[in-house]
Amino acid sequence: MKVLRNLGQCVNCFLNKIGKVTDFIISIFLNLVTPPIYGREILKAFYQIGWMSLPVLGLTALFTGGALALQIYAGGSRFNAEQVVPAIVAIGMARELGPVLGGLIVAARVASSIAAEIGTMKVTEQLDALTTLSTNPIKYLVVPRVLAATLSLPALIAIGDSIGILGGYLVGINRLDFSSSTYLASTASMLQISDIFSGIIKGVFFGFIIALSGCFNGFYASNGAEGVGKATKSAVVAACVFILATNYILTEAFFNS
Amino acid sequence: MIEIKNIHKTFGKQKVLDGVNIFAHQGSSTALIGTSGGGKSVILKILLGLIEPDEGEVFIDKVKVSHREPGRTLSRIGMLFQGSALFDSLPVWQNICFKFLKGTEKLSSKDAKELAIQNLEKVGLNYKVANKFPADLSGGMKKRVALARAIVGNPKIILFDEPTTGLDPIMTNTINSLIREIVETMDVTTLTITHDISSVQQISDNVALLDSGRIRWEGKSKELKGSKDPYVFQFINGKHNGPINVN
Repeated sequence: MKVLRNLGQCVNCFLNKIGKVTDFIISIFLNLVTPPIYGREILKAFYQIGWMSLPVLGLTALFTGGALALQIYAGGSRFNAEQVVPAIVAIGMARELGPVLGGLIVAARVASSIAAEIGTMKVTEQLDALTTLSTNPIKYLVVPRVLAATLSLPALIAIGDSIGILGGYLVGINRLDFSSSTYLASTASMLQISDIFSGIIKGVFFGFIIALSGCFNGFYASNGAEGVGKATKSAVVAACVFILATNYILTEAFFNS
Repeated sequence: MIEIKNIHKTFGKQKVLDGVNIFAHQGSSTALIGTSGGGKSVILKILLGLIEPDEGEVFIDKVKVSHREPGRTLSRIGMLFQGSALFDSLPVWQNICFKFLKGTEKLSSKDAKELAIQNLEKVGLNYKVANKFPADLSGGMKKRVALARAIVGNPKIILFDEPTTGLDPIMTNTINSLIREIVETMDVTTLTITHDISSVQQISDNVALLDSGRIRWEGKSKELKGSKDPYVFQFINGKHNGPINVN
């Protein structure tokens, strides 16, 4: 009986959370299309989420591209297929590693900072203060962050893909004895426009997931510093899990349909 | 004018408010006292439209407070939060004039800053404070900035949530004097939540004691200390035994 009751409570809690998230998403879209628009807040969010993520994303992509080239070379040499390194680095970065690693890195950096900032505002009554000052917290805090993350992640992923391919190229010509022209020609001939666009479209979804997770968990933070810590952790974990799950669904949709 | 009519509110299985009625006429100052966790802050949040009551109605100057459209009544209300609730990312002057910079009533940055400095002076702070950030201020200064934000735009009603909590006796007296002065000069209706009996007598004319979700005693603040009411006696003397359940 106790097991059934606990199970019922879990289901109830899960459905309650789904309801809250749905309500939150509807509220974001309603506030996105109605005035006022806080232009300065949107620009600030673009700077903090997009521009400030570039260094960490670039470094991650550079090293990943380099490591990928080494791994493919080592694997490919077992059946004399070393020449596939440029093509697989390019396709792997554009389709999979660029978007997923970029999404996870930005999730760690941005979802945590959004959840901590909004969560602190929640537990110190700053969100209530916003409402009493005739300002809708969703419009003022959430909409700019969701817009900035959703629009800047595709751009970040495109840049990350390029840097990752550059990483593979540098390792290819310096460590694996590829000639520069062969490497570039092989990359250009094998990489298709659909490979690049699939990654960029994934970025739109991942950006939305990151901002939603950070904002939602921050908005529902409670119980002081401990609650903000929990909200931050939940934001990052949820963003990472949903990015990986969404990545699988989108990969199925793009390449297996 | 504030009218709270038969408000009920339950969170989960806990009944927090059980038929609360409060009436505060224009220009009056009322203090709401009671034990911690007794539902006093919930009343303020219902007044602001942040929480919807399960039952009952609230009117601000005869306009019904709506959880769905809090903006209808919020423009008449100023609020001083317990922890000041200043926005960390904005300088003091933008905190004070936030509703004129981001809200529905717009002012230019220059006019907003001038207005902020005027209000800083009203609460006894120097114009130099205007460009500082909340993190650079002491607890007492933050409270005064929050008070300046609460009074900007001449609201008809000001709500104070434990305005002197965490302050030393000198700063407590300063804040209480400022509140009294503001109430008298601005002809506003105020509702103050506090545990501090000396503050109650300094800043309010009327008092209501809330316990277990109900108003147990109402009267003039000067009658509070001499009251024979068992709830009042237990509360102001800090007794463990009595009708108020402290467990």
